[in-house]
Amino acid sequence: MTATDAFSAGQSTQGFHPQSDAVATPALSIEGVSHAYGTRRALIDIAFSVAPASFTALLGLNGAGKSTLFSLVTRLFGIQHGRIGIFGHDVAQAPGEALRLLGVVFQPRTLDLDLSVTQNLLYHAALHGIGRRDARARSAEVLARIGLADRAGSKVRDLSGGQMRRLEIARALLHRPRLLLLDEATVGLDVKARADILNHVRQLVAEQGISVLWATHLFDEIGSNDDLVVLHQGRVLAQGKVARVIADAGGSDINTAFMRLTGSTAQSGSSTS
Amino acid sequence: MTSAAMTPIQRGFSLAEYLTCLNGIVWREALRFLHQRERFISALVRPLVWLFIFAAGFRQVLGLSIIPPYETYILYEVYIAPGLMAMIQLFNGMQSSLSMVYDREMGNMRTLLVSPLPRWFLLSCKLLAGTAVSLLQVYAFLLIAWFWDIAAPPTGYLTVLPALVLSGLMLGALGMLISSGIKQLENFAGVMNFVIFPMFFASSALYPLWRILESSPMLYYVCLFNPFTHAVELIRFALYGQMNWIALAVVGGCTIAFMIGAILAYDPSRGLIRRGPAGGET
Repeated sequence: MTATDAFSAGQSTQGFHPQSDAVATPALSIEGVSHAYGTRRALIDIAFSVAPASFTALLGLNGAGKSTLFSLVTRLFGIQHGRIGIFGHDVAQAPGEALRLLGVVFQPRTLDLDLSVTQNLLYHAALHGIGRRDARARSAEVLARIGLADRAGSKVRDLSGGQMRRLEIARALLHRPRLLLLDEATVGLDVKARADILNHVRQLVAEQGISVLWATHLFDEIGSNDDLVVLHQGRVLAQGKVARVIADAGGSDINTAFMRLTGSTAQSGSSTS
Repeated sequence: MTSAAMTPIQRGFSLAEYLTCLNGIVWREALRFLHQRERFISALVRPLVWLFIFAAGFRQVLGLSIIPPYETYILYEVYIAPGLMAMIQLFNGMQSSLSMVYDREMGNMRTLLVSPLPRWFLLSCKLLAGTAVSLLQVYAFLLIAWFWDIAAPPTGYLTVLPALVLSGLMLGALGMLISSGIKQLENFAGVMNFVIFPMFFASSALYPLWRILESSPMLYYVCLFNPFTHAVELIRFALYGQMNWIALAVVGGCTIAFMIGAILAYDPSRGLIRRGPAGGET
């Protein structure tokens, strides 16, 4: 059985997609993706998908391969094996069309600290071919939405860590993508900032129908109704609704289920880590 | 999901979107340059030190015969001015590559590379932006030199512009190519020692090639094969309203070669760009 076959079988038996999306093109489809750095295999035959307008958590410890996967989806790395599609657009064959539908928040900060908040947004808009007038209007709109309208002219280096993250999310939404990837977006933030960002992203899913892939190693960021993909040492160990993953693993909660699946004594799954 | 399912409509990009992107990248580069005043000042101070101090000291030591494009005896300061203009572009090209390494380390580079527009286009825009910044520096230098009585024919300030654009593109593309192979910012010091200094000193920027031939035939051939020599000569001739066809061919050819190399180097499926995750990422 190939990874893709297993993926398809997994979809039908585990009910990974909501029923309404059974025939819809996945927001993100990963099919049999493997990646190696020299002889070190970072991803091994990965296969899963993200349904439209869903919140999918990609759970894995540090070193699981989450960032490598994000680099492949965003085409920072070339795809060595397998196929990645964004709303049906093959990332390798039609990267422009695929990336146009994608918003990304990377694990490291990617803002230009020397530019102002608005200048960062205008630069991003230009990279997506959005004209200056439209870009200004969109910038004002997203800044108002994330509560940074009064900081529009401030240098980015003067913002707090939480504000920078919110700005990065706003920037990722500026070109109105349909799929949003967030790689450990709350790392280094205090409890309140983490909660604010997570709530904001969940609102985007509920109100705007944006599909989200949320990479994390923190169990408490995963909701009971979320879709979940467990990634460990470059392999997908489980996928499906959170309750189903817990039940299949024979755990009592996500923490014990994760430890059963990985056979580890995971310590990084708490918010205080 | 099968491959047959991956056949949605592709709308491509309009000319307006390409131009907006180009405008945005040039605008960002200009903003960064203006925000870094010390970079602008140091970019000017470096050639001015050579012009006002080094050239003044060597004026009496180095004799110059009448060589094209000059039609009469010239001061040493006049001779090295085109070389210093090229030097500004050389440093700017390497500075741009330094900023690309910095951007890659800081993560900013991802913002550029994740743009949906073709990567060759994004890198070309980046190159054009760096060249535009180098033109600002060169013309500021020419203005100061003019007050020092080192003046070219009035039309030379216009005829030199295409030469500056081409040489700026060549040196910027070289810097971009180099940046793709540098993994850490600290490694950039090596670029100073192994690229900038050899290119500058083994060229006709400071002394005519016939004088080098008299001193060392081997060094003469090194200079002859140095693309920077041809950038200097292209600028020198253009500043006096003349064309050095050999220099044009070499600089044009090198620009294309370096640019192709840089685009390949930043191509995720083929290039030399670092394949491992950034620090702390997996």
